[in-house]
Amino acid sequence: MTAFGKLIRTTAFRLTLVYLFLFALFAASLLGYFAWNTRRMITEQITTTVSAEVSEITDIYDRRGLQRLFFAIESRALRPGANLYLVTTPTGQWVAGNVGSLAPGVMGTTGWSETAYRRLDEGDNAYHRALVNVTQLSGGFRLLIGRDLEERRRLFGIVAKAAQWSILVVVILGIGGGIFVARRVLQRIDAMTGTAQRIMAGDLSGRLPVGRSGDELDRLASNLNAMLERIEALMVGLKEVSDNIAHDLKTPLTRLRNRAEEALAKSGCEADYRAALERTIEESDGLIRTFNALLMIARAESGQARGNMDDFDAAEVAEGIHELYEPLAEDGGMTLRLKTAPVSLHGNRELIGQALANLVENAIKYGRPAEPRPAEPKGAVVSLDARQILIEARREGDQVLLSVTDHGPGIPEGERKHAMERFVRLDSSRSQPGSGLGLSLASAVATLHGGELRLSDAHPGLVATLAIPARAGASDRLAVQTPDVPQKVA
Amino acid sequence: MTATAQVIAPQMRILIIEDDRESADYLVKAFREVGYVADLAGDGEEGLSMADSGDYDVLVVDRMLPKRDGLSLIGTLRDKGNRTPVLILSALGQVDDRIKGLRAGGDDYLPKPYSFAELLARVEVLSRRNVGPAEETTYRVGDLELDRLSHRVARGKDELTLQPREFRLLEYLMKHAGQVVTRTMLLENVWDYHFDPQTNVIDVHISRLRSKIDKGFERPLLHTIRGAGYMIRDGIR
Repeated sequence: MTAFGKLIRTTAFRLTLVYLFLFALFAASLLGYFAWNTRRMITEQITTTVSAEVSEITDIYDRRGLQRLFFAIESRALRPGANLYLVTTPTGQWVAGNVGSLAPGVMGTTGWSETAYRRLDEGDNAYHRALVNVTQLSGGFRLLIGRDLEERRRLFGIVAKAAQWSILVVVILGIGGGIFVARRVLQRIDAMTGTAQRIMAGDLSGRLPVGRSGDELDRLASNLNAMLERIEALMVGLKEVSDNIAHDLKTPLTRLRNRAEEALAKSGCEADYRAALERTIEESDGLIRTFNALLMIARAESGQARGNMDDFDAAEVAEGIHELYEPLAEDGGMTLRLKTAPVSLHGNRELIGQALANLVENAIKYGRPAEPRPAEPKGAVVSLDARQILIEARREGDQVLLSVTDHGPGIPEGERKHAMERFVRLDSSRSQPGSGLGLSLASAVATLHGGELRLSDAHPGLVATLAIPARAGASDRLAVQTPDVPQKVA
Repeated sequence: MTATAQVIAPQMRILIIEDDRESADYLVKAFREVGYVADLAGDGEEGLSMADSGDYDVLVVDRMLPKRDGLSLIGTLRDKGNRTPVLILSALGQVDDRIKGLRAGGDDYLPKPYSFAELLARVEVLSRRNVGPAEETTYRVGDLELDRLSHRVARGKDELTLQPREFRLLEYLMKHAGQVVTRTMLLENVWDYHFDPQTNVIDVHISRLRSKIDKGFERPLLHTIRGAGYMIRDGIR
């Protein structure tokens, strides 16, 4: 596409053309209205004067006879710039006046008409137009009085010329302005396109230029930049995930394969094979579980689960989870307590439930208070209170807080952020089963709802809190960054 | 498992609509081994015509099929008034996919990869619906009796006190007495959660229930089926 072709295809230029057309139409109708009104006024003026003269001359004829009529006509006809006069006999002969010739048939009808004429004292081809009145006089004579329309025509010419010029000026200014505006827009769009192409070519760190004027293009650019920011973060996350998956799924897969190989190599009895196969199934179940958790996190992080949001009571979810895990906690020598007030929440009930379940499972697994050390006096029994896990649902400001508090060893402040990453297991001995994805999932669910997972100190112990805006469905990470963007409720 | 299957429906007919030849053959073989009649359709169109003409107790439908998508197949069947229970198999295991599948007219949804024990348990529970209504007001297994209206549970002459959730757990087990019920089925139907707990949380609930209904009685009713789940049944049968 040529540069000019690009220019005239811009929206700015096309809009200019539309406005241009509208303005031209407006100017033309304004001038037209003016011309029409002026013409009407002039015509009125002519009819008034001509009518006055007609009645004057008719009066002369009626009262003083034909002779005086001729005299009056001849004397008036000789005045410079005078009106048109013509008197005809009943047989149609021209007897007095200053008319050289007329369009045929004018004298035949009485009343007003517009006609071409030539003056007696002018050359053969000097035709003009006039507005004339033909009156029937008594005795069969006819009187024509008229006035030249030159004045009206000249005025019309002036208006037409004005129209021509003004439309020409409007068009030139409009097209020039359009090209100017279109070029400016085009330059900025071209800069954006260039950046976009660089980004498409793989340089995800590129950002669109944002001007200082804060106009619509700048707002667009900064919104697109926010979007790019998010895409980059997602891409980095994706890469991290695939690296982690490669690492953390390969290890159990290798173990699985080794076991199968070993069982195959050793000739054993049926019971041995059976045991090997059972272990294989167990191991693959664990793999599937890890895989599902990873997919769930990926979905929560990409925002796809946003389709399933509705309103529910967070306290009910907390009660359900409490009820589900209470026997398990008790078996582990802990007590699970519940403290809730009704708090309505908009979100994905299933995911919130699972996130809370993960936190409770963690508390049951890792929230055991440290056993009294041998150095301490005998009989220092861990108090019952320390074996308590508290599930809480409450509202604080415009946030809904779902928290799980244990009195175990807690997580040192420096490791809290790290603990939420995928596959991270702080328990280096890995004495408890688990995939290291529980907190990541809880965090991803909180983020999906526009909130966050907070880990803090319970002195001693850990408080894990899902802090979620009460109207979570209306926001997401992107919208949080640019709050002036109209937000769409998913 | 073989024993239970024969007790319930000796000649259950299952149609498997699955395009992956290897897993389809595996399913057909496995269902035949437990004594069922299993037919196979390789694509959506073939599956639709077989399901429509054949008299099957359960359809096992893969979600993604050549020629006709699994969900559209189910929708068409339902539009024709065919109410055969459908279990959807899908590689898409997420909550919203499940909801989509059930909305399209499926009766149950099992994400891949699955264990055959889980699939079998679900198919058996589904097919029961086809046989007759299980909505009696009182369930009885051996001398255990559960009244769904008055929420009373008794074993022999002893009245048992159950927590509300324990009652629902027992109710679900007894509704499907003689059938294997898996842990995920319990989590789905009793607690309405569809996730996969990393811990043995369901087992703990079961052992509590067991201590209430079986402890001190000569004949246990609540059985653990290894590698599959649980079943409530009168030991004699």
